Amino acid sequence: MTFVVKPRIRHPQLPVNDLGLTRRDYEGAVSTLCAGCGHDSVSAAIVAACAELSLPPHRFAKISGIGCSSKTPSYFLNNSHGFNSVHGRMPSVATGANLANRSLYCVGVSGDGDSASIGLGQFAHIVRRRINMVYIVDNNGTYGLTKGQFSATNDRGSTSKKGVPNLYEPIDLVSMALQIGAGFVARSFSGDKKQLVPLIKAALAHPGMAFLDVISPCVAFNNHNGSTKSFDYVRGHSERLMEADFVAPSEEITADYDPGTTENVRLPDGSILRLSKVARDFDVHDRIGALEYVQRSQERGEVATGLLYVDPDAADCHDILGTVETPLNALTEADLCPGEAALERLNESFR
Amino acid sequence: MNVTYNDFVIRFANVNGSGSASANGMFAKALFRMGIPVAARNIFPSNIQGLPTWFEVRVNEQGHLGRREGVDIMVAMNAETYAEDIADIKPGGYLFYDNSKPLAAALRRSDINEIGMPIATLLLPEFSDLKQRGLFKNIVYLGALSALLNIEFEVITGMVAKQYRGKDDLIAPNIHALELGRRYALDYLNGPIEYQVRRSSANGDKILIDGNTAAALGALYGGATVCAWYPITPSTSMAESFERHANALRKDKATGANKFAVIQAEDELAAIGIVIGAGWNGARAFTATSGPGISLMSEFLGLAYFAEIPAVVFDIQRAGPSTGMPTRTQQSDLTAAAYASHGDTRHVLLFPASPKECFDFAAEALDLADRLQTPIIVMSDLELGMNDNVSEPLAWSDERRYDRGKVLDAAALDAAEDFGRYLDVDGDGIGQRTLPGAHPEKGAFFTRGTSRDEYARYTENPEAYQRNMERLERKWTTAAALTPMAEIADGGRRNGILYYGTSAMPMTEALELLQEQGIALDRIRVRGFPFGEEVRDFISRHERVFVVDQNRDGQMRSLLINEGVADPAKLVSVRYYAGLSISADTIRDQVHEHYKAERLPRLKEVGS
Repeated sequence: MTFVVKPRIRHPQLPVNDLGLTRRDYEGAVSTLCAGCGHDSVSAAIVAACAELSLPPHRFAKISGIGCSSKTPSYFLNNSHGFNSVHGRMPSVATGANLANRSLYCVGVSGDGDSASIGLGQFAHIVRRRINMVYIVDNNGTYGLTKGQFSATNDRGSTSKKGVPNLYEPIDLVSMALQIGAGFVARSFSGDKKQLVPLIKAALAHPGMAFLDVISPCVAFNNHNGSTKSFDYVRGHSERLMEADFVAPSEEITADYDPGTTENVRLPDGSILRLSKVARDFDVHDRIGALEYVQRSQERGEVATGLLYVDPDAADCHDILGTVETPLNALTEADLCPGEAALERLNESFR
Repeated sequence: MNVTYNDFVIRFANVNGSGSASANGMFAKALFRMGIPVAARNIFPSNIQGLPTWFEVRVNEQGHLGRREGVDIMVAMNAETYAEDIADIKPGGYLFYDNSKPLAAALRRSDINEIGMPIATLLLPEFSDLKQRGLFKNIVYLGALSALLNIEFEVITGMVAKQYRGKDDLIAPNIHALELGRRYALDYLNGPIEYQVRRSSANGDKILIDGNTAAALGALYGGATVCAWYPITPSTSMAESFERHANALRKDKATGANKFAVIQAEDELAAIGIVIGAGWNGARAFTATSGPGISLMSEFLGLAYFAEIPAVVFDIQRAGPSTGMPTRTQQSDLTAAAYASHGDTRHVLLFPASPKECFDFAAEALDLADRLQTPIIVMSDLELGMNDNVSEPLAWSDERRYDRGKVLDAAALDAAEDFGRYLDVDGDGIGQRTLPGAHPEKGAFFTRGTSRDEYARYTENPEAYQRNMERLERKWTTAAALTPMAEIADGGRRNGILYYGTSAMPMTEALELLQEQGIALDRIRVRGFPFGEEVRDFISRHERVFVVDQNRDGQMRSLLINEGVADPAKLVSVRYYAGLSISADTIRDQVHEHYKAERLPRLKEVGS
């Protein structure tokens, strides 16, 4: 795998935004994820959201952990700095980056393994500290999308029709985020551009922690079938081993449905993802109500999507800490060093 | 009676949580204010209340302030530890205790002097409140000691007034308790005793400060704006001190807003992650931790080494392995810190030996981290970090400017013909970096822990990977020239002694003791890792070099060998790792033992 730079050829008739930039100015390198991967749709939605909001594409810090999802910051906003850090530790790196320069947009991309398993602690703590950022989880672990692989966001028993059922309770990041202080909580589906782009725009506009759980199906799982591959290895079917590296191009999975309705989405393995979109009269300022709604939907075997909760006045970490408006990384000696005279007074206090 | 002035060891044996710490601290501070060099050591349990705790003060006019074996005056205030406390008193020494309850006959020693004082009985009619009675016990013995040792009473009363400023109703009862003790001692106790104090000018303009406070001030002066940490003894007081002093000295005058951010993280992984995120984004950041924290931070330290992010870590070492002895001192994290993380990683270490150096190295570490774009680990320890040490005053020049390293801003990017984050433009192994948001079109790059080429593009190309690793090695050579040089006193003697950190405290005294036995050694105090050429040269021009380590495995000796600086056969390990700080006697004994076993020539034989 190599890094592929997209040719910067601009179609003369591409529409420009308020900054005079086209969609291309917000794109990144060519994705190396599987064709049809939901994560690429999320990247495309980020590009669309930033372009439509006319945000300066270099004023972002893009942070991620490790995993497929964490590779995606390469695939959007090429003119901004990115940091692909340590598995499960994106939140701490994002916290530091945000503390250093509060004037940048901070976008963190993580996965269900990265945030719900190895990084569950850091996820919880960044949410409660209300770092001003958009925290996106490309969630491909729910509803039997990873048969044979037990992701922490899998529902218990949800894969019982095929493969090995998940024996353990799921971790719902949306419920956790609601509980521990996120000022903006939403869930969407990578194939629902109409819902996802506005949600990302709203998240970018939200001052404080904006958490966005995006169900992003893994189109490759039909082909790699984890445990089956292991069986093949044991039986010595080398032909199949070769086959496991081949990933057939798939159609992107999409959904386009109205608020207040339920939509069944057929997944590559033939299973169905039931999405229920919150109604237009849903009260997005009721945190406890949102929590109940999410849990009730889950009980019915549905995934509630849409903007679930927003507190437009929620303080962010800088407000809580009472830091200066000037980014900390822009302060100079004159701002930072108390100087010789103050040190002499300190010395005197130690005599 | 022979009187010894300003030269003794006094140990206070107390129960922790009984309020003894502040009274004992006042004792040490009073002598310091009389101009007498003192070293105070808090030997405390990993516990909040009810366990034995000791506070030892060494008083020495010559400034020999390392730990000394044996106790001249034992203030035994904990009946549970009477047996061991009484056993530690040197023959001819003094036992001061509360004789409200008689001392068991079996504990008595004929070769020491007993000073019994009925402290509890005295307090009974004076203070009705049980808690007050307990607390003032400590103040009463302080008053008695002032009479027995001849401490200037005004110095102590002045300190009480200062300590309780704002809580004025506490001043009078404290002074009363002091006077109670003093008066009783003058009237009834057999004083003054053999050990006396008298005003001195030996302290000059020195200060009495713990290393963690000094390091926190160094970080503050050095421009650290982000501190992320997780509570762990013995490092906690550094982060807390930074926050306290930043609140006093780093507020925006107009708005009162903070020009710093402190986060108490959920664990050490998050603490170092926050530091690395902030360093990546151009803020000076540090964390303070101890051995267990270094273990947890290892993965991130490897990332910062490979992704080349400035970060500063203070490792206030304690006795390991595992939880070890959390409240006892050691220098046992050298190997863990030097090579923290998987793969080929090496980290720059600094070894402060005094509070002044904690201050200097904290500021220096922030400069070095930015210059070298890598983690810098300052290796302090509990002995230095948590105890009050006499130190040269802290110094700063208003002319001093921070070295932010090779950071290209928008103008520099516009002027540059080419930008590649990992291009070795100057041949020193250090690339140029840019900060997020610097320029609309130029300078953006992707930081990762995976391999990349000179333009920060992901690659698994074998040559590109190797080129990068070789450049990191060149950077390591550059680091060797930038880290603080070793301090050397070389009189052309046959053998030498190499030490670092708090082993410096007893070293002058140890060398004097050795001199008395006809053993003269040249000395070198290592202050940084990677080692400079001067370390290699010192070892190569001596036949034998004693390497002093406060750990079991001789970790400094291992580093010297591992880095190819020294022939292993030349390096003789001197080790102490029982959890207290190393004493001059220990150094003398081990060196002496080696001379005896190897039949090495002494001064009178070699005639040098």
